This record gives sequence, structure tokens and C-alpha cells, in this order.
Amino acid sequence: MSLLELENLSIRYGESTVVDDVSFVVSQGESVGLVGESGSGKSQTALAILGLSPRGARVSGNIRFAGKDLSRLSQREMDKLRARRIGIVFQDPSQALNPYLQIGRQLREIVTRHGLAVGKDAERTVMAMLELVGLPDTERQFRAYPHQLSGGMRQRVMLASALIAKPQLLIADEPTTALDVTVQAQILDLLETIRDNTALLLITHDLGIVAGHCERMLVLEKGRLVDAGATTALFASPGHAHTNTLLSAAPRIDRGEVRDPVHGKSLLGVEAATVSYEERGTSRLHAVIEVDLSLRVGETLAVVGESGSGKSSLVSAILGLVPMTSGRVVYAGTELDGPVERRPRAQARELQLVFQDPIGALNPQMRVQDLVGEPLAVHEVQLTSQQRLERVGEALEQVGLDTEFLERFPHELSGGQAQRVAIARALILRPKVLVCDEAVAALDGSVRRQVLSLLQKVQEETGLAIIFISHDLAVVRSISHRVLVMYMGRLVEVAANDALFRQPRHPYTRALIEAVPVPDPRVRPSRAPLQGEVPSLLDPPPGCVFHPRCVLATDVCRQAGPELRELGGSRVACHHAD
Amino acid sequence: MSLLTHPSVRTSGGILLFVALVALLGPLLSPNDYLTTNFDALLSPPSFGSARFFGTDDLGRDLFVRTMLGIRVTLLVAIVASLVSLVIGVAYGAIAGYVGGRVDAAMMRVVDTLYALPFIFFVILLMVAFERNFLLIFVAIGAVNWLDMARIVRGQTLSLREREFVAAARLIGVSPVRIVFRHIAPNLIGIVVVYVTLTIPQAILVESFLSFLGLGVQEPQTSLGALVDAGVNQMEGAPWTLLIPGGLLALVLMCFNFLGDGLRDVFDARHVS
Repeated sequence: MSLLELENLSIRYGESTVVDDVSFVVSQGESVGLVGESGSGKSQTALAILGLSPRGARVSGNIRFAGKDLSRLSQREMDKLRARRIGIVFQDPSQALNPYLQIGRQLREIVTRHGLAVGKDAERTVMAMLELVGLPDTERQFRAYPHQLSGGMRQRVMLASALIAKPQLLIADEPTTALDVTVQAQILDLLETIRDNTALLLITHDLGIVAGHCERMLVLEKGRLVDAGATTALFASPGHAHTNTLLSAAPRIDRGEVRDPVHGKSLLGVEAATVSYEERGTSRLHAVIEVDLSLRVGETLAVVGESGSGKSSLVSAILGLVPMTSGRVVYAGTELDGPVERRPRAQARELQLVFQDPIGALNPQMRVQDLVGEPLAVHEVQLTSQQRLERVGEALEQVGLDTEFLERFPHELSGGQAQRVAIARALILRPKVLVCDEAVAALDGSVRRQVLSLLQKVQEETGLAIIFISHDLAVVRSISHRVLVMYMGRLVEVAANDALFRQPRHPYTRALIEAVPVPDPRVRPSRAPLQGEVPSLLDPPPGCVFHPRCVLATDVCRQAGPELRELGGSRVACHHAD
Repeated sequence: MSLLTHPSVRTSGGILLFVALVALLGPLLSPNDYLTTNFDALLSPPSFGSARFFGTDDLGRDLFVRTMLGIRVTLLVAIVASLVSLVIGVAYGAIAGYVGGRVDAAMMRVVDTLYALPFIFFVILLMVAFERNFLLIFVAIGAVNWLDMARIVRGQTLSLREREFVAAARLIGVSPVRIVFRHIAPNLIGIVVVYVTLTIPQAILVESFLSFLGLGVQEPQTSLGALVDAGVNQMEGAPWTLLIPGGLLALVLMCFNFLGDGLRDVFDARHVS
């Protein structure tokens, strides 16, 4: 029986149509994936179903829920429906919780307000729900404020609040996009187990999640529903060219070419790098501990790990953006020391960085031509403005943007365009080392592919060495030569790409790889391979820091931290690796 | 949108320019001057016959000429005060915020010390040290006004400094000076313009307060604030003595506010559509 029916839904803002004539049905208890790139109208559709379209939106068409036409409901009836029969989980759980209220109180409010229970009963209902979503130590968490919880825990609380009234439909809008893969796997597991008979409308850009968790899928392109059907059928034979594009743009961790190791001379070497931050008071937080790495000419070295593993601190210290507590960086035979301002001018020309958030890394007050031309204005002062403009034009062409972008400001660019501008700016001085800090994480699949192949092309032409920080192992597999795995600031495994993905030696690496959803419905998703979350860096576990989450842990792990040792061409820090 | 096409910049800028021009040239057209008292025409209402466009005050002096004179003083105070707070305050705050550490601490303690001086005490001190002088008003208002600006700009700079585009500029090898003036300062425009538009009315009010205490503009010189103060006393019998300078003061303040809004739109790239 159909639960939710959309008939010819269209949403317009002024002249532009963001959702165009979309019709679909969600039946009771089924799970449906709504996929598409950013700007395809996924979230707009969800907001329209909830009656939460932003001001200025003109919504037309019919939305029926359990036979009732939602457009005829009063505000009050709609509120009631939203609370009791439709649950919602958004992407960013920190935005959806009131920072000034204990989470238990926020949940209890939902329970009492809608008359599900009162007094002590309400409290018990909330406790039970928190326990169900896997919050440890519910008594204490009931009184916790949102900022005291990790992102994953907050998302669990959001799930609890969405499901506490036992709704018939749960709408989840990119519920795991802000989380680490390991935590994502936990949340998706949880979604499966506690959903019971609630229908699920899962909005995502990640086909891996759809393949593993949705019975049917709907594909949106620029506001139009272009493809719909059973997940297995669509993956086997897409009904529309766009579905095919999405599928081929989704990187797979379980197959495809990998790049062979590069043998060349070392360009950049880091020895025993340690970065610690002074926390309020006397404690020190060690973000990076004794990390070694070497980067060869023309090589792509990937650095992976969950958030808090010290990936970004490591490269910031290498580049001189944050001070290194101890250790040294050697670049082309010279030691780089101190903050970037005090380093040899050559560094600024030859070591460059591309950030995760392209818009944030571009000065909002400068035009593209000034942004891309600034490195020239600093380092090649002899150029006339005409020559400089020519070089800027070339640099933009290299990244696939034409001259019409010269006059634009960053806010007038899409995410993909802005990232290409940032790359053009980093490449215009023809650097020897490029550090990409989650440089493609914010981009849609097809744009991501373009950017990655651009980087690869530049590398082949110029011998650029790339340090590629990413949490996305499927991407890492497709572009890197070697991979460095970090956990809580420590190196746990260093291996050639092929060796790492074919035979991961460290249990942490294995878990990371298993947690990545595979965009193929025939591959059943394994249960979340890693439970719990990264412990606080202020209070690391004794012995091997990974032991509390490790399946192999024994007494020796609780007592002694393992050294990094050679093992079949890789280096691994684990007592039990063989 | 450019400076000349933005509607509120055009309108309010135009009005301010017109008011300033009339204030400069108006007195030349009038047969009366600001000094001469006329005891036959105390508090006479506005009339065009005797060219007393705004009437006279309680000493029979021509209010039109006196108001024009007041506008000059008021505009001058407003412009000088905002320039001082803009130039010193922004540079000082941006440098303190960007350099940070001990430099920041030292620079901000200087600001705190100046804050701690009671304003009136400070003005009296100036009076004692120097002759009673028209210029002292500018010094006094200027010395106080940039402090707020420096604090605001410093706070904003502290957060801008952590933004990624500043890190990106550092990596490219952009010098600290260029980072402050090319990357940080332009991003302060929104808040600076808003604050300057708040500073102007504040400076105008401080000036009239000082004049009221006899520490500012001295009779027979005058300012809009001083005229409004005088007008309040005659409000019942001769409302024009209050309404005309008061109305002009309001007009000027409003124009500065709209001008500020418009300038922010023009200079802040993010508001350009």
C-alpha cells in the first residue's frame, strides 16, 4: 500500500525551476533512495514533502501522505503529522540540536508535547530510545549537552528524535555525509536495525549507500526525475544516460586499475614529525606523533584516517602553517624550519596546498583574475599586467575554465569551478609538490573525476609530487601510488597502493576498507567493521592506542605500543599483523 | 553596481552634497550675517521678505546664516571624526589582530588605557594644556573614536586570520603587510562601514554635548547641535528655532546611514549580484 505519493511536484523560485514535474510513490515499510548531484533538487523535494519549503518557493502538484492531501492540512495538522508520522534526519546534526538544552530534555519535549507519555514515563521512553540508538551510558548522556557529543553520537540522537514517535516514514537527507566512513557504517547499520516497519526515503549522493541499503532508487537530474526502479535492476541496466553517468563516476574500492609504485629520488622527507597543541591549562594534545614520510618526484602519496587522526595537522606542519614540536622537514636537500614566512622563498613557489573548502580558500573580495594572478604578482614582479593576464588565462585553461570567469567573484562560482580556480592558483607557479587536503571531498562525482584526472595529467606532464589527504578510500585507491594510514596521530601502516588494498595488514586499515560502501547491490554490505569512535587525544588509551576498538587486541596490546616494522614490503605498527 | 549607479548612494550622497554646497555658498547670498543682533526682530518667524528664510533666534540673529554655519561645523566634525577612526582604528586593529601574541597584547593595553581616561577629564586636560580652541574638539573626538573601531576591527581580524584564504596567501608567499591590506582589510569593509555610519551620528552628538558644556564650539560660532540645544528653550514660542536645525540634523544623519548601507553594497563583493 502506498504511503507517500507525489504527483507532478514542481518547485519554482522566481524564474528558475528547481524541481520539475516529479512523481513517485513510497510504499509502507520500503526503503527508497533519492539520488542526484548537488542542485538536482533532492533536498528541495524532501522539504516540500515536509511542508518546510523556504519562503519564496512556489510549490505545485499533489503530495499525499497515507491518503491525505498535505496541501489541504492546516499548519497545526501539519505540525502534528511531522512530529508523529514523518521523522526527519538532516545532514548536520549540530545544526539540528539546541546547544543550550540537554539532549534528554530535547527528546522528552517531543515525547510529552505529542502526548506519547508523561512524567517519569516520558523519561523512561527517552532512555530506552537513547539506548536503542546505541548511546553508551544513557543515564549520563541524558544530561549531556550537544557539544559534549561527537558528530556520530549527535547523529544517533537525531535518529532517536526522529524515530521516538514511531513514524511511518523517515526522511534522511544525507544523514552520514558529515561523518567518517567507519561511523557512517555504524549509523547505516543502526538505520537498518531500528527502522522496523518505518518506510525510509534516503537522500544521498553516494551510490554505494543506495546499493547497500535501498530497495528502490530514484534518480534526479536538474530537478527532473529521469530514472526509477528496483536498485538491482537499475545498477544492472540503467534506464537513463544520467544514471549511467552517475554509476561510472562512482569510484569503486573493490576493483579497477591501481597505479604502480614510482621509483625516483626523494623530493620531500619528513622525520619524526610531532605536533602538539597546548590545551587550556597544562595538558598537551598530541595531534601528530613521530611521523616519517618521504615523497618522490612524480608520486602521489595518500594520507588516510578518520577525523582526528592528525592528517591535516601533519601537512600544516610540513608547510609551516602550524609549528612542529619536534622533527624535521627536508625539501630537495635543504631543511625547512619555522613558519612559512621565514622559510626560503623557493618553498612558496614549489610547495602548494589545495584546501577542502574551495570557497573558503578564496578571498571573497577578489576576482578570479586577481586570485589566480596573485602568486605571479608576488613572485614574478617583472611581468607586465598584460603578460600576467595571459598566464592567468593559460592557467585557467589548464583547469578547464575559460576567460569568462576572469571577472567573477568566488561566490559567483559553483563548488567545482571554485576548486578548479584554487587549483589553477596553486599550479600557476609550477610547484613541485602539491598538497591536496580533502580537495575533492566537497565535489560531485563527475566534477571530482574531472579534477582528479586533471591532477593526474599535470603530474604526468610535470612530475608533480602530490600528497593527497582523503577520507575517501575509493578515491585514494584510484589515484595514489602509496598510502599512509594514520590513527590518533600515529602511523599505523605505510604500503604501496596495490599491497594496501589487496592485503591490508593492520586491522585498522582492514576496517577502514571494509567500511566503504560499494556501489554494487550484489555486494551485500558487511556489518560495521569498527565499533565505537576515536578516543580523545587528550587521554589516549595505554599501549596500542587502537586496542579498545581492535578485534585482535590481547594483553600485550594493552601494555605496549607497537613499533612500525617492515612486513612484506609494507610497514605496519601492530603486534598481531603477519 | 558602481558608486554612481547605486540608488541609495546616489540619493543620499546627492542630498549631502547639496546640503554641503548650500552651507558653503548660502551665507554669501543672504544680506545678513551670523553675528549681528537685531533687537527689533527677536524670535521672528521665517519670512522671505526680509530674507530671513529661517527666522531669527532670541537675540535677533539670522537663523538661516547661523544654521548654514552650524552645518559646516557639524559636517566637518563628522568627517574628521570618521576619518580618524577609519584610518587609525582600522590600521591599528588590523595590525594588532593579525600579528597577534605580545604585540597584540601591548597594543590593546594602550587602547584600554585610553579608554580608562574619563572623557570630560580628558577634554578639560586638553583645555588646560592648550588654549581653548576650536581644533580641540577634533582632537578630543578623534582620540576617543578610533578606540572602538580598533577593538572591533581587531576582533574581526582575529577570526579572519584563521580563515583558509589567509593560509593560502601565506603559502603563496604573500608578505604580512600585503595580507593585512589586500586580504584582511577588504573583508572588514562590511563591518567598518556600518561602524563608521554609527560613528558619525555619535561624533555629532558628542560635539553638541561638548558645546552645551561650553567646551566645544563657542558663541557666536555654532553647530547644529548647539542650535538644537538653543532651540529646545524656545520650543513653545518659536518652534522653528528647534524644528529647522533639528530637521536638518535628522536629514544629515539619515543620509549618512543610507550612504553607509550603499557603500557597503558597492565595496563588498558578496553583495554584488
